[in-house]
Amino acid sequence: MWGTGVLKGMAVTIKNFFDTYTSKNGIFTVEYPEKRLPEKERFRNFPILVYDEKPEELRCVACDICAKECPPKCITIVKAKDAQGKPLKQPEVFDIDFTVCMNCGICEETCPFDAIYMDHEFELAEYDRMDALIYKKERLSRPWTHFEKIRPTDAKEINERRAKDATKTAAAVKPAPPQASNQQT
Amino acid sequence: MTNTIETQTRPSLSTQQLEVSIGPQHPSTHGVFRMNVVLDGETIVKLKPVMGYLHRNHEQLAENMSWLGSMPYTDRLDYFCSMTNNIAYALAVEKLMGIDVPERAQYIRVIMAELTRLVNHTALVGFLLNDLGAFFTPVLYAFREREKILDLFESVAGSRMMCNYMRFGGVKLDLPDGFVDCAKAIVDNYPPFLEEMERLLTKNEILMARCQNVGILLKDLAVNASVTGPVLRASGVNYDIRKIDKYGIYDRFDFKVPLGTVGDVYDRYYVRILEMRESLKILRQAFKELSAGPVISQKGLIAAKSPRNMKVPAGDAYGRIEAPKGELGFYIVSEGGTKPYRYHVRAPSFINLTILEDMCLGHKVADAIIILGSIDIVLGEVDR
Ligand code: SF4
Ligand code: SF4
Repeated sequence: MWGTGVLKGMAVTIKNFFDTYTSKNGIFTVEYPEKRLPEKERFRNFPILVYDEKPEELRCVACDICAKECPPKCITIVKAKDAQGKPLKQPEVFDIDFTVCMNCGICEETCPFDAIYMDHEFELAEYDRMDALIYKKERLSRPWTHFEKIRPTDAKEINERRAKDATKTAAAVKPAPPQASNQQT
Repeated sequence: MTNTIETQTRPSLSTQQLEVSIGPQHPSTHGVFRMNVVLDGETIVKLKPVMGYLHRNHEQLAENMSWLGSMPYTDRLDYFCSMTNNIAYALAVEKLMGIDVPERAQYIRVIMAELTRLVNHTALVGFLLNDLGAFFTPVLYAFREREKILDLFESVAGSRMMCNYMRFGGVKLDLPDGFVDCAKAIVDNYPPFLEEMERLLTKNEILMARCQNVGILLKDLAVNASVTGPVLRASGVNYDIRKIDKYGIYDRFDFKVPLGTVGDVYDRYYVRILEMRESLKILRQAFKELSAGPVISQKGLIAAKSPRNMKVPAGDAYGRIEAPKGELGFYIVSEGGTKPYRYHVRAPSFINLTILEDMCLGHKVADAIIILGSIDIVLGEVDR
């Protein structure tokens, strides 16, 4: 009979309507920002630079690898120099242009010094279009404990690997990290 | 008396043809797409798609960065199906480099590809109903299911839609703990959802009246216009690259290729529902056969660590897959360096769109909207 299909369809919508009051799967949205879904561990949004103890001593050695690998080229790095003008193994300038970054995570993958990681923070809106969205070194720095908190599984793995590397380096005659000299170009 | 009036007034009622520009800012054009239609009354006599509003220079960009560098950009082609875009590009480069993909990675790729197909077809069915005027009720039911799969993608790749998950020679990371159980639960809960959707739609007289015999695409025209994907299969042509090329490990799976008979909008809708059921079959099989092992080959791992230094031997290769929208192919030419010399995307949405006029002629304006919806385009892929 003409119309039975429509009526059956209506039954579906009515069922779904009442489900929102009765079934616990009826409402599947959450009332952000009061309520939030738990974050997935691998969720990536924007890179951060990690440091172990002091914020001035970033793990980053300003090797420029991530800046060269970044597909849209949004990282700017300038090496720090000491009083004699000798380049130091730390960045003087480390800027990431948030407006250009596409949150791909390639910087994290390619950094050989475990210095740059993707953060979970996503509420990053700003009123100013120019300066506020160019993130400086200070804005990007986070302690390693922050990373351990947001991504415990990855952090455990990285800690173990770093501990192993450290013992290896200590055992070697020359304490200079061999990885560093190879990777620098 | 009435007769004479009718005969007298008829000539003066013949209307002038009217040219209307629908889009690029139009609620039902699926993105920034514009159609210039010439109307006689409400009937379409001419239709010209105007593309390019979302052109982002994808191909040229890719020719100016490392091979892996354009992987995240492929996500942004068809942003509903970033996983399959990644696979197609990886496949092309792997062909040229001659690297193998480990067993487990192959299965992960199949799982991701089929989940993507579910995401795409589910969303499409919802949006098609939006175009028909069932405003946002079916779409919301569809999004409810799609959301679960997107959450899975997030737990695997770190991002819901811009996955950037495939690497040359495998995948970026292994599946997280509990992934397979979650995915199995979703697959088990999918048939009831599909049944609900079908109860709502398949036999619905309004939907049938609007979709049946609308926008018919004949077999010959479809083949000549090199249309692919569900649109082609709805016209009754048995052509599925998963069956023909058997890329990856698709020869191990047992699934059917659903075909339509008439080639109208209704068939295109129904073929997609059937395809989802086949995808579920593939997924169940893949979960059963998924074994432990590495997820990326040694060569691929080195390349992923330092994309800038990855060289691809000179030559050219064409990697193609059955993406949810049709044949997605990447044609790449290498000179042996660290960048592609030429990089071309054969985007299914773009090529399927070329026959829009043939399907719309003689129909009403409102039908053009659902015909466009039934082709299933994403402007990111059309304009690139
Ligand atoms: S690759 Fe790592 S160490 Fe090198 S500049 Fe980037 S963040 Fe610093
Ligand atoms: S996430 Fe991607 S785009 Fe953003 S800084 Fe890192 S490499 Fe560049």
